[in-house]
Amino acid sequence: MALSNVLETPLPGFNFDNAARNAALEGLYDGGQTPKPMKTGTTIAGVVFKDGVVLGADTRATSGEVVADKMCSKIHYIAPNIYCCGAGTAADTEKTTELLSSNLTIFSQTSGRNPRLVMAVNILQDMLYRYHGQIGASLILGGVDCTGNHLYTVGPYGSVNKMPYLAMGSGDLAALGILEDRYQQDMELDTAKELVRVAIHAGIMNDLASGNNIDICVITREGVDYIRPYQESEYKDRNMKYRYRPGTTPVLTKKVVPLKLEVVQESVQQMETI
Amino acid sequence: MNTRGLRSQLKDSVPVAGLCPQGAYGVQDSLRSGFTSVKNELLPSHPLELSEKNFMLNQDKMNFSSLRNIQGLHAPLKLQMEYRAARQIQRLPFLQSSNLALDTLRGNDESIGFEDILNDPTQSEMMGEPHMMVEYKLGLM
Repeated sequence: MALSNVLETPLPGFNFDNAARNAALEGLYDGGQTPKPMKTGTTIAGVVFKDGVVLGADTRATSGEVVADKMCSKIHYIAPNIYCCGAGTAADTEKTTELLSSNLTIFSQTSGRNPRLVMAVNILQDMLYRYHGQIGASLILGGVDCTGNHLYTVGPYGSVNKMPYLAMGSGDLAALGILEDRYQQDMELDTAKELVRVAIHAGIMNDLASGNNIDICVITREGVDYIRPYQESEYKDRNMKYRYRPGTTPVLTKKVVPLKLEVVQESVQQMETI
Repeated sequence: MNTRGLRSQLKDSVPVAGLCPQGAYGVQDSLRSGFTSVKNELLPSHPLELSEKNFMLNQDKMNFSSLRNIQGLHAPLKLQMEYRAARQIQRLPFLQSSNLALDTLRGNDESIGFEDILNDPTQSEMMGEPHMMVEYKLGLM
């Protein structure tokens, strides 16, 4: 269909044509009943230990006051040696990390090198600063590369922080309390996993928007161990299998009619078992 | 806010269709673009609209000026000459051109951004009217 009012093809990328219409519509709904995007009101945390990095996250995604996803995956794959936890708007964290992962894959294939964590952080920082916070993604990136074990956080407006232990999300204060108290340099793997577990647990206990299970991801020079779920919540959902036990519906009558079959032809084929 | 100043700032950058009237003599063309409202014309309604329209231009300006400061005038001159040459390899305005040379020069062939996913012109369901678009491009409209 040829439109006669289009004089130049629209530029690719974001299209802001509906922004004026949305602003006008928002005034029409009393009390703001516009649908809310799904947020991962979250607790995410990360810790650097002797041989690598441990990342942890809860698994609850909320949409307003309703739990939208009880087993949401907040630890995203970026590169074989880099993983990223995401808090904020669920779609934004998902798509931003996918874009980052694609860009790093292209880079590693054209240059023949493994991506470094600083490259991922710089790409994210440029992208998030360009959109001035409209992309609501707070991310904790952790990974092991040729320069060592690193843990960075990138805020939604593009701020970057490099620390040996970090927590983000709505439950970050509770998790940070645990991390501040018990973090030590050069911990062993089990101590680090336990520390992250306790930190996320504190976030789950003290924050409404975090809950359900705890996922842990351990990144070392040898490889990645993504344990999902590391700890399941005690409050399980009802059984999701809808199979009824025999006898649920009463049997009223039963009629058995045997089928009379005659053997017409019989042939034997030998199977070759090699 | 000085509205005339804002309008002149808008004119210096890429012509933004919808923010400046498109009709003859700078008057809003109600037949093609619909009714106007003063508020819509003065300010873009989304905080990112202006910065996104001019993003490529501003990046280029920044890069060329720092290149000029580091390497001298010849470096941005040569690059801009190549950009101009690559930008001329286009199809007619209503058809999509691949911009392969321009993308390679800019480095866009090795990165994926929102402009490759959202609102992809090669997959747009609408087409512009060929005659009008060519006339607009040639400045006959």
